[in-house]
Amino acid sequence: MTLPARSHLRQLESESIFLMREVAAQFERPVLLFSGGKDSILMVHLAQKAFAPAKIPFSLVHVDTGHNFPETLEFRDRLVQQVGATLHVGSVQASIDSGKQKEEEGLNPSRNRLQILTLLETLDELKADAALGGGRRDEEKARAKERFFSHRDRFGQWDPKNQRPELWNIFNGRKVMGEHFRVFPLSNWTEMDVWQYIAAEEVDIPSLYFSHRRKVVERDGVLLAESEFNQLEDDEAWTEKTVRFRTIGDASCTGATESTASTLDEIIAEVSATRVTERGGRHDDKQSEAAMEDRKKQGYF
Amino acid sequence: MDLLRFTTAGSVDDGKSTLIGRLLHDTKSIFEDQLEAVEDASNRRGEGYVNLALLTDGLRAEREQNITIDVAYRYFATPRRKFIIADTPGHVQYTRNMVTGASTAELAIVLIDARNGVLTQSKRHGFIASLLGITHVLVAINKMDLVDWSQEVFDRITEDYAEFAQKLGVEDLTFIPISALKGDNVVDESENMPWYHGSTLLHHLDHVNVGSHRNLVDFRFPVQYVIRPDQDYRGYAGRVASGTIRSGEEIMVLPSGQRTSIKSVDTFDGPVEEALTGDSVALTTADELDISRGDMIVRPLNLPVVATEIDAMLCWMSDEPMKGGTQYWFRQTTREAKAFISRVVYKIDVDTLHREDVEAFGFNDIGRVQIQTAAPIFFDRYEMNRETGSFILIDPHTNNTVAVGMIRGTVRSAEKLAEQLHEATTVERKASPDVVWEGWNVPLKVREEKNGHAAAVVWFTGLSGSGKSSIARELEQMLFAEGCQTMLLDGDQVRHGLNGDLGFSPDARKENIRRVGEVANLFYLQGNIVICTFVSPFQMDRERARALFPEGRFIEVFVDTPLEECERRDSKGLYAKARKGEIEQMTGISSPYEVPENPEIRVETVGREVTEVADEIRLAIHEVVRRGGAAHP
Repeated sequence: MTLPARSHLRQLESESIFLMREVAAQFERPVLLFSGGKDSILMVHLAQKAFAPAKIPFSLVHVDTGHNFPETLEFRDRLVQQVGATLHVGSVQASIDSGKQKEEEGLNPSRNRLQILTLLETLDELKADAALGGGRRDEEKARAKERFFSHRDRFGQWDPKNQRPELWNIFNGRKVMGEHFRVFPLSNWTEMDVWQYIAAEEVDIPSLYFSHRRKVVERDGVLLAESEFNQLEDDEAWTEKTVRFRTIGDASCTGATESTASTLDEIIAEVSATRVTERGGRHDDKQSEAAMEDRKKQGYF
Repeated sequence: MDLLRFTTAGSVDDGKSTLIGRLLHDTKSIFEDQLEAVEDASNRRGEGYVNLALLTDGLRAEREQNITIDVAYRYFATPRRKFIIADTPGHVQYTRNMVTGASTAELAIVLIDARNGVLTQSKRHGFIASLLGITHVLVAINKMDLVDWSQEVFDRITEDYAEFAQKLGVEDLTFIPISALKGDNVVDESENMPWYHGSTLLHHLDHVNVGSHRNLVDFRFPVQYVIRPDQDYRGYAGRVASGTIRSGEEIMVLPSGQRTSIKSVDTFDGPVEEALTGDSVALTTADELDISRGDMIVRPLNLPVVATEIDAMLCWMSDEPMKGGTQYWFRQTTREAKAFISRVVYKIDVDTLHREDVEAFGFNDIGRVQIQTAAPIFFDRYEMNRETGSFILIDPHTNNTVAVGMIRGTVRSAEKLAEQLHEATTVERKASPDVVWEGWNVPLKVREEKNGHAAAVVWFTGLSGSGKSSIARELEQMLFAEGCQTMLLDGDQVRHGLNGDLGFSPDARKENIRRVGEVANLFYLQGNIVICTFVSPFQMDRERARALFPEGRFIEVFVDTPLEECERRDSKGLYAKARKGEIEQMTGISSPYEVPENPEIRVETVGREVTEVADEIRLAIHEVVRRGGAAHP
């Protein structure tokens, strides 16, 4: 299937490519943050489009929390090889082992917060002056307020009250040494756009997104998948269900949804009928009204 | 499915958040968990109702202070269209935020509270929308439920606003009576207002014909990035800012003026026949040229304006006020140059739309300025082309974007004209040592009275071979036959003798035109209609000549003949020589031609007789030379 020239997906695609090229042109050492989820897979796909026939001029950076689904890691390695990119892995486990970080306490510790330091250290190590991310404004209300070019100070912090005005298609990536930018070429995409585009362009995505049988436990309205990182409480038990994931983060906090959608068309039909956001299944966002904003201020991606 | 970007404006209590909430809700774009979160938060805050503003006010500080700090973007879709809403707050930072939201919008919704009618704010929003070139304005007259669904109220507000909008030149103005709270005429038709027969708000958004502001004619391709995987491939990556390009077409590269043709229009999925406005592609060229980021690829017959002195509307975005003499980075498309604000012409009071004299701009100020750039900028007027007509100023010390602007043209305001005249007579018009100006023996006015017509300069500009001289000769014959005093100055004539010492470098061309201007002035003062025919490729040089004469007496005639046609005619064989490389700086081939922005007269010649064109010009200048004689001081 090819997209018509004037379709909204073509326009979004063109805008994203434009932004990626701006990053390549304006920065010395840009990197592309790769989580293994559909948005970052889409980012890699768009980056290939932006620089063809040359290779993607960014190395990929994965902040590995150590709590990944094995499917995600397999997919990651295959994709990296396929596009001929360099992959840098920042390990949260390594930062914990070195004593720089402490594991969260309690049942099913989340490493979401711990990612921040590891990410910043990895960017620092690579001397990255721009980090491309697949964040979308429709995901979360704090994201809706963020610019395409998001300035971060020497400590990697975002200051929502002091963002650079961003008008027309002119992006100001000027900065002093030590500061960097997070750049979000998918800002104007919605979850639906992403799925429609993946279907139209036949972009390969991990099997986790399609329905399959998996052992899960329901907790606070979230279906957690069985993994070495998730512990059961006394009154709980694993049950097998037909599920899929709308978003892929840590196995310890990403919720599955019951679904029989096993093709992209079925997923699109499901997404258009659903009444819950994709992050509705993310345990980490439910911690407070401003959870995402607070994490972003500290340097979260 | 296509895409429509719109912006919403309205003051705090006009119901903007409710309207956005209503649109999102009724198009099923709010998810249950989002709504639940908002309900939760509303309850915790003890607000007693579901505060839909919480849906849009995403930041901690916004919720703490109950205000909207920054522009947010919202998304929803119908089966026909995807919509991007730039949700701009109406608070303290209004100008900056409204300008930001409007910069990418194709339509603006101005919300008016039916109880209050047209307020200053509603006008302010309309003004900013029109300033930013938004041609579609939808005025939503809200809270109709609170005025008993009165048609009279609706009609009165419509009339008031339409009268105001006339001054703004909004092309498409639509009024819809709604109740955002109750949902009347937002998504569903209202049963409460049977007198209204127009579209609902969503229906209008869904069907309005957008994209008309996009410039699909003038091909402009700012080079973003050079793709160079190996020695064999060199692709110029960028997004088509306007117009279209096909493989095989002739192009010119600015600023170098080099010409070649397009070898291929490439994408990841393979080469394509053509690229349209908005497409991100990579272009390869038939000849290897040195092209880099910041250059612009255009068609040789359709050049943008090239200038270093820019007249612009500017909005100051920074807390730090404008500082005189400070150098800023001027960024327009992918091009960057050092620049300073050479003059603040006026500031606009956005509430009254009055102009004020100020020295400098502070936060949220908006007005007209002149900017001098250190390197030439290639642009179109913002009105004609948003992509090439917009720019930002960056403070080189803080790296912050301090201002944004919209280009009106090169510097040539009435004030500037007077200034140029002053400069031309005091600075640039050199005088030999020890000479004293005595004044003219017989004043111009007396000469004009005797002649029975006014003196004027008719300045023909256009490419070599465009037909300037033939038309000018015919025109002079016609005027002479009418009994007018005339003088014809022609490029070839003055370069024999008077300007025989000059070549064709930009400096020599400038001096050529300078001398011609002075000579024309002498003949003008003798009461002649002076007809000048010179390629005069640079706008600035023509402006300098213009500055020597009183307003209205310098008539610029642009002979607009396509380069291909000129080259086909090649009456003097110059193009053939230029193509062989025997002439180095040939306008249109290896040296740029700056198309006049606002010539008094523009004529086309293809397929027309010389006499026909000359007569057209004769009629056009008739009024000036006849009426001018009596009115001249």
